[in-house]
Amino acid sequence: MTTAIVRALCVRLQNNMFTQELNAVYILWLRQIKRYYRARSRVIGSFAQPLLFLFALGYGLGPVYAQAGKGNYIDFLVPGIISMSIIFSGMFSGLAVIWDRQFGFLRETLVAPVSRLSIMLGRTLGGATIAFGQGVFIFIVSLFIGFHVQNWILVIPAFIMMFLIAILFTALGTGMASRLEDIQGFQFIMNFLLMPLFFLSGALFPLTNIPTVLMYIVAFNPLSYGVDALRALLVGTTQFGIGMDFVVVTSVAIVFMVLGAYLFSTIEA
Amino acid sequence: MWSTVSASPIIEVIHLSKNFGEFSAVNDISFSVPKGEIYAFLGPNGAGKSTTIKMLTTLLRPTKGGVRICDVDVLQHPSEARRLFSVMFQEPSLDDELTAYENLEFHGVLYGVPRALRHERIDELLEMVELADRRHHMVKGFSGGMKRRLEIARGLLHHPRILFLDEPTVGLDPQTRNHLWEYVHVLNKSESITVFFTTHYLDEVDQHAHLVSIIDHGVIIADGTVDSIKKETHTDTMESAYLSLTGKMIREEGGDNSNRSRIMRAFAK
Repeated sequence: MTTAIVRALCVRLQNNMFTQELNAVYILWLRQIKRYYRARSRVIGSFAQPLLFLFALGYGLGPVYAQAGKGNYIDFLVPGIISMSIIFSGMFSGLAVIWDRQFGFLRETLVAPVSRLSIMLGRTLGGATIAFGQGVFIFIVSLFIGFHVQNWILVIPAFIMMFLIAILFTALGTGMASRLEDIQGFQFIMNFLLMPLFFLSGALFPLTNIPTVLMYIVAFNPLSYGVDALRALLVGTTQFGIGMDFVVVTSVAIVFMVLGAYLFSTIEA
Repeated sequence: MWSTVSASPIIEVIHLSKNFGEFSAVNDISFSVPKGEIYAFLGPNGAGKSTTIKMLTTLLRPTKGGVRICDVDVLQHPSEARRLFSVMFQEPSLDDELTAYENLEFHGVLYGVPRALRHERIDELLEMVELADRRHHMVKGFSGGMKRRLEIARGLLHHPRILFLDEPTVGLDPQTRNHLWEYVHVLNKSESITVFFTTHYLDEVDQHAHLVSIIDHGVIIADGTVDSIKKETHTDTMESAYLSLTGKMIREEGGDNSNRSRIMRAFAK
């Protein structure tokens, strides 16, 4: 009898704790969203770069691409630019941990009575939601400049893939930021990690007939599979196969989440 | 005046040490803070004050030794311990891009304060710190004093048993400083919250504290009541007692930017 009561109490306590962890995830998510839409200049800035790439490359290289007998460059380019907006925004949101450290707010979350896992999860989901939203925005804009969706049903799995890419890069950014002391490291990551990942993912140009060394880099770049999946779903061309794409992106996203959560849990301030 | 003080310690520090590589920042310190006290923790720059507070508040893992707060082992059960205290760091830890109300709401959700109670307390606390009319203003527009008041309100939202204040009055004008101490006394009396604070303004110790420890080079060099320390050193103010115990040399300290800027500020005076 007593044990039953004790057990019931424990279960209730656990439920409460679980609810509290979920609430923590929610409030951290909400904070990211609020901060994002309040920073107008940041919102505009975050769209400017991918749109510039879309217009400049789309119209600039389109004729060259067509002359090479490859078809419509906009159709090729759009999945790449969607990915670009997602990875830059996701990485940026993840790295925002550095700013929170600099401005002291990180400590408020680190002394709170919730697990670091929930804190990392909330932040990552918040950043990923923003990154995903930007990807959707680029997708909509691209429809107005001549992007052809081959099958509208497949837009749904394409959106799922976009969210997975967003999670992957936000988690990567969060994990890295938990090891960086200041903002200098941020530029380094942007230039030496994110840019190469982006250029060697097949986002801007087809990665066939390239040197073997580069081919290996491409094969080890998780973004290659993300871009390939979006191309498969939206345009109907694929290099690795859609199953492979989902397996790779999902597994890497999970690995980065776990790794990021671990790194985040060891932060001392 | 000290009738509310009971003998049972609310904070127990047991042989606590922290090494950073070769450097021993805190070296085997032990002390205990009785419930309901206003306890001053003093020491020159780099003596180990902030390191100790960080260990007491679960932000830093000790190299050796332990801390118990209300009989909860801080290392074993950090989340439980975190619920029991509230901490105000040297630097503000508010989110500048949220409103005053949102900062409190965020804290309340993280600490699992139920919604109805949360909103009631937020209203009360904003009244108390005289920020009710600014509740929907962004924190980035607040003055230093307003931010401090908001942090006090936030720290009280989950009804902590202990308030850790790490140099709470740095950079505040005398009016705000007095105001802040008034709050602290009210809380100490009406809610019998134990207050543990550090400061470099030693007149604050004369006026507000009852018990004191002085730490230097990572070791506690004196502790007891304010009066007993003055008596032992044959001085009549805490300032002269402190100087006779710690000497008149200016201390250097490495690493921490905030500390370096504090030293710079001290020189500029």
